[in-house]
Parts: sequence; C-alpha cells; structure tokens
Amino acid sequence: MQLRGNAMSLQLKNIKKNFKGITVIDGVTLSVESGETLVLFGPSGAGKTVLLRLIAGVIEPDMGEIWINGQIMAGVEPEERGIGMAFQNFALFPHMDAAQNIAAPLTARRQSRTDVASTVEKIAKLLKIEHVLHHKPKELSNGQKQRTSLARALSAEPSVLLLDDPLRNVDAKLRFEMRLELPRLLKDQNATVIYVTQDYKEAMAMGRRIAVMGNHGIQQVGTPADIYLRPANLEIARLFGDPVINLVNVRPESSPSGITVHISGMPITLNGFEVAIGRDCILGLRPESLQFVPENTTDAFAVDIETESPLNEKIVTLAITLSGEEIMVSRPANISGAASGRAWLSIMPSNALLFDKVTGNLLKPNLMDVSA
Amino acid sequence: MNTMSTVERILRGGAILSVCIFFMFPIVWIFGMSFQTNETILRVPPSFLSEPTLVNYKGLISGQLETSAGGLKVDFMGNLFNSLFLSTTSVIVALILGVPAAYAFARLKFRGSEDIAFTLLSFRFAPPLLVLLPLTIYFQQIGLANTYVGLIWVYQLICLPLILWIVRGYFEDISADVEYAYRIAGHNFWATFRSIALPLAGPGIAAAGLLAFIFAWNNFVFALVLASADKQPVTVGALAFITASGIQYGQVAAGIVLSITPTFVLALYAQRYLVEGLSLGAVKG
Repeated sequence: MQLRGNAMSLQLKNIKKNFKGITVIDGVTLSVESGETLVLFGPSGAGKTVLLRLIAGVIEPDMGEIWINGQIMAGVEPEERGIGMAFQNFALFPHMDAAQNIAAPLTARRQSRTDVASTVEKIAKLLKIEHVLHHKPKELSNGQKQRTSLARALSAEPSVLLLDDPLRNVDAKLRFEMRLELPRLLKDQNATVIYVTQDYKEAMAMGRRIAVMGNHGIQQVGTPADIYLRPANLEIARLFGDPVINLVNVRPESSPSGITVHISGMPITLNGFEVAIGRDCILGLRPESLQFVPENTTDAFAVDIETESPLNEKIVTLAITLSGEEIMVSRPANISGAASGRAWLSIMPSNALLFDKVTGNLLKPNLMDVSA
Repeated sequence: MNTMSTVERILRGGAILSVCIFFMFPIVWIFGMSFQTNETILRVPPSFLSEPTLVNYKGLISGQLETSAGGLKVDFMGNLFNSLFLSTTSVIVALILGVPAAYAFARLKFRGSEDIAFTLLSFRFAPPLLVLLPLTIYFQQIGLANTYVGLIWVYQLICLPLILWIVRGYFEDISADVEYAYRIAGHNFWATFRSIALPLAGPGIAAAGLLAFIFAWNNFVFALVLASADKQPVTVGALAFITASGIQYGQVAAGIVLSITPTFVLALYAQRYLVEGLSLGAVKG
C-alpha cells in the first residue's frame, strides 16, 4: 500500500470543538505522514480522546478540516473512512466471541467466510490470542481483551490506525511487554498511527514524534529528546520525567561574570539569558542534571538533605534549599553522594531551563552562548 | 451458607413460608374454587375441594353455563381470544414504534427531545377516564368505536410509554464506544442498530414487552367503554358472571385461572431470559 512520495496521510487544520458551550478542542493543526507513528500525549481532560473521535468521524468538528489520504472528511461517515481504532476501555462487542469481534471489520468489507476465518486466525496468532478465539469478552482477561481489541483494529489493515491509550487498563507487566512489542507490530502494518497515552515513558517509547496536548490544543510537537530537553513550557516540563523536574523561583541579574541567578543565596552563572534579566522566572533543573560537588565549588549551591531513596539502578535524594525549596537529585547507584546533612549541588548550565514565570513559556538562550 | 445455625435456618424457612402463604393463598384458593360448584363454595363451613368438578371449565369452554337459575350464554373463549389478540398486537405495535423511538431518545440529542419523552411518559399519569369521554365521541365520529384498530390504538397509551422509558434506559446503558467501534469497523448506522444496540438491549426489550403485555391484558376501563360484547377482553367479559341470580363464584374462579394462565406462562418463560440477560452486562468499564 505505497502512497505517493511524501503524501501527508492525515492532516488536521484548525479543528475546533465545543460541547455545551465548553471548548474542548481549540484550533488544533497537526500533520501525520503516511506510515508514521505519532504519539499524542497529554494529561487527562486535554482533549486527546475527543480528537481521535473527530478523526474517526463519530463526532463532527464545529470548525476546521480533517484530511485523510488526500480526501476531506467533512460529511464522510465513520464506516467510510477506512480507519482502525482501539479504545481505552476496549469496547468489545459483549455478545460476540473474540473471533467475531476481530472479524467485524472484515465482514463489513464483505469478505468471503473462508477469507475472514484465515485473516482472523493470522492476526490472532500474531497477537497470541488464538487459544481464546471462541471466548466471549467477559471470559477474557484484561490482557486478552486488550489484544482482541488491537486485533480488531488491525484486522482489515486500515491505512489510519487510532490507538486510544490501549495499555491503560492492563497490568504493569503486560504493559511493559506490549511497549516493546507494539512498535514492531505497527511498523509491519505500515499504517499511519496516532497513539494516545498519558504515560510519558510510553510516549517516549512508542513514537519518533510526540505531540503534546494541553489546554485544548497542541502545545508542542517534537522528537522525544526535543520535548524532554527543550519543553515548550512549564506544564510540559512537569509532565515528562520521573522524578519530576525541579522548579525554583529565580530573578536573573546582570553581574560582572555574566548573568546570574541566586539559589540558596548563592550566585549561579547562567549565560545567554539576556532576555530574562530583571524578570521573575522559574528555573527548571532535571534531577539527573544535578551533581553533588565539594563545598565552595563555583556555581554550586547549598542544600540540606532530607531523605534518600535507592531505586535499584538510581538513587533519588530529596533536599531542601536554604530558602526552603524542595530539590530532587537523581544519580546512578554507583556514584557516591551525600546521604545527610549539608551538601552542595552544581548544575550544568546547558541543561538548565528557564521559564517566564508569568506565561510559563520556555525562554530561549542567546544561541552564541549555548555552546559555552 | 454452611455457617448458618439450625435455629437461623428454621427461622428463615418459616419467614419464606409465611411470605409464600400470604401471596399464594388467594391464587390457591381461587384455583380450588374453580373446581367447585357455587353450592359447595357457599356452604358453611367451607369444604375445600370436597367434590372436585370440571363443570365450570366445561361451561366456559362450551359457552353454555348451567346455573341453579337455568342456562346462561357466555362467550368467554371469545373474550379470551380478544384479550390475547388485543394485548399481543398492541405490544407488537408498541415495540415497532417504541424501540426506535427509545433509541433516538437515548442516543440522538435533538431539540425538545426531553420534552417529547416526558410528554409521552405523562400519558401514564393521567387518569384514563379523563381521555375516555372525548375519545368515545371522536371514535364514534370517525368510525373507530368498537373496532380492534381503535382499541389497539388506545392501548398504545398503556404500552408505548412503558416500552419507551424502559428500553431507553437499556440503550443508554450500552457504552457508546461499543457502537462507535462497530461503525468505525465499517458498518453503517442501521447495521449497528441491528447488530449491536438491539441484541444488547434485548433483555430490556423483553422485560418491557412483557410488562406492557401484562398491563394491556389487565386493562379494564378502555375496553369497557370502547368495546361492545364481541370485542371485549376477559377483564370486561368477567362481568357477565354477575347475574340476576347471584355471582357465579365457581365460573369467576375458572375464568380467572384461564385468564392468568397466559401471563403466568409468559412470566415464567421470560424470567429465565431476564436473569440470563442481567449477566450479559459484564463489559470492562
């Protein structure tokens, strides 16, 4: 199913949707290339599921256009869009067995009975559910339900596949397995995939590109590394990362050594942020970008250690700055650090993120100084 | 269950027994009466089932009642047929009209949908006598008085709201995602209604149909006013047993036994189906 060159397989143009006067989707524009897996990430209530339903055609947008494979979808019924969708709650047909569930998209395409049976068998084998094909949904475990719902979405080889948080309702072990298995499966399907999740690890594992939703719109689209290292705003910075990013109130000032901020009353040089001078800002420090250093190191600040929790491969320390702000520090287990009392932390200025306190947006450093 | 003590078990059994006696006694008594003649019924002290006889049933089925004051012609079997025909047809018509309407009220939110649904329900609040008088006049003018069509039409006042509101609740309980999933799989609106919504609401439709049937069967006042002898159901036909020479208790009892049999059998059959339906709702939410 080769589409021409660089054809955009799915395009959303300025989509808006209100429910009873409440804005749910406000001006979403998004393109997904043919064969690409785009992860749609965002907290619950951000409008991810609504966006998928708009694409699937079960609800209509108030404004904007949806294009699938070069065709505008206005007025096109869901059954005519050639989409496969897996629901967060599985949405299996309770009165049909697993095989009939998986066959539903095939019978709609009027395939012969033998063709349907062989396709169902093939896809069931792929998803390892061939032994439960004749069970009703209520007789399936959650993992089997989830695989059945995926099989149903995949069975007719749709060109666009919408996966609405399919791993949400399955246990941790299965989620981990599927996180490894799904990307390969999706690649073999050669479909355009939108994968919705609110687990940032899943988002980073599943897609080459992540679109972050929040506030009823798309806030940032980028590679997992882009979003982790350069989050567009405070909200996104908070959503990605475990332990969460440390946020410290600062006010950058001009000083003889460049631009400095004060943490625990100690000056830290943060060059390149001329734009931020004299403004109230929030400094974002990833827990793993902080390092324990000896006292009196330049550009280090003092903290008091509260607790330390070893998490097998890493150790997370909770510390308090002298001005009372909580700081989490994460370090590999084989690197030593302070376990109690007063300690000093240094930051890597290139990893520090500075946000405008009022707008919450990321302030970009002067490019000349980034390399320094 | 094994942890129950003997005393507890006896108390529980006693409680169940007394409830059963309370509810079953009138039915058992009527059943017994239906096998006795008026003379044995009215004897003091009562001699329950001393001389069982089939004379009441024979009379009802042949249409010729033998009473102490002479013969009496009744068309009880005709009444029974009328009840069966009126109730069944009314329920079928109400299902054909009510189930799609219930689906529309459950799924499609259109302007005034709540108002229309409530208006339909309010038909059940109004006393039937309120509409009967004007209805009789209209029906006589347009020639619907004393016709099956007219009666079935009026019976919709009983059946339609019941079916509409019960089935609507069942449709609303079906996750919309299940229907969306079927649409997205490539099936159109009607196929989804037929293959997903209808089977999943099946137990509800059966329950509503059964209830509507019983309500229609038990209706008295509509048929009393709007139907003459040849269209009367059993509820009205039973009046014939109140004769100049007294009330024919034996025949009344036999008539009751015959007239509750269809609803009784239906309820017994549907009960099994309803229980089965209740366990179907096990969908992961």
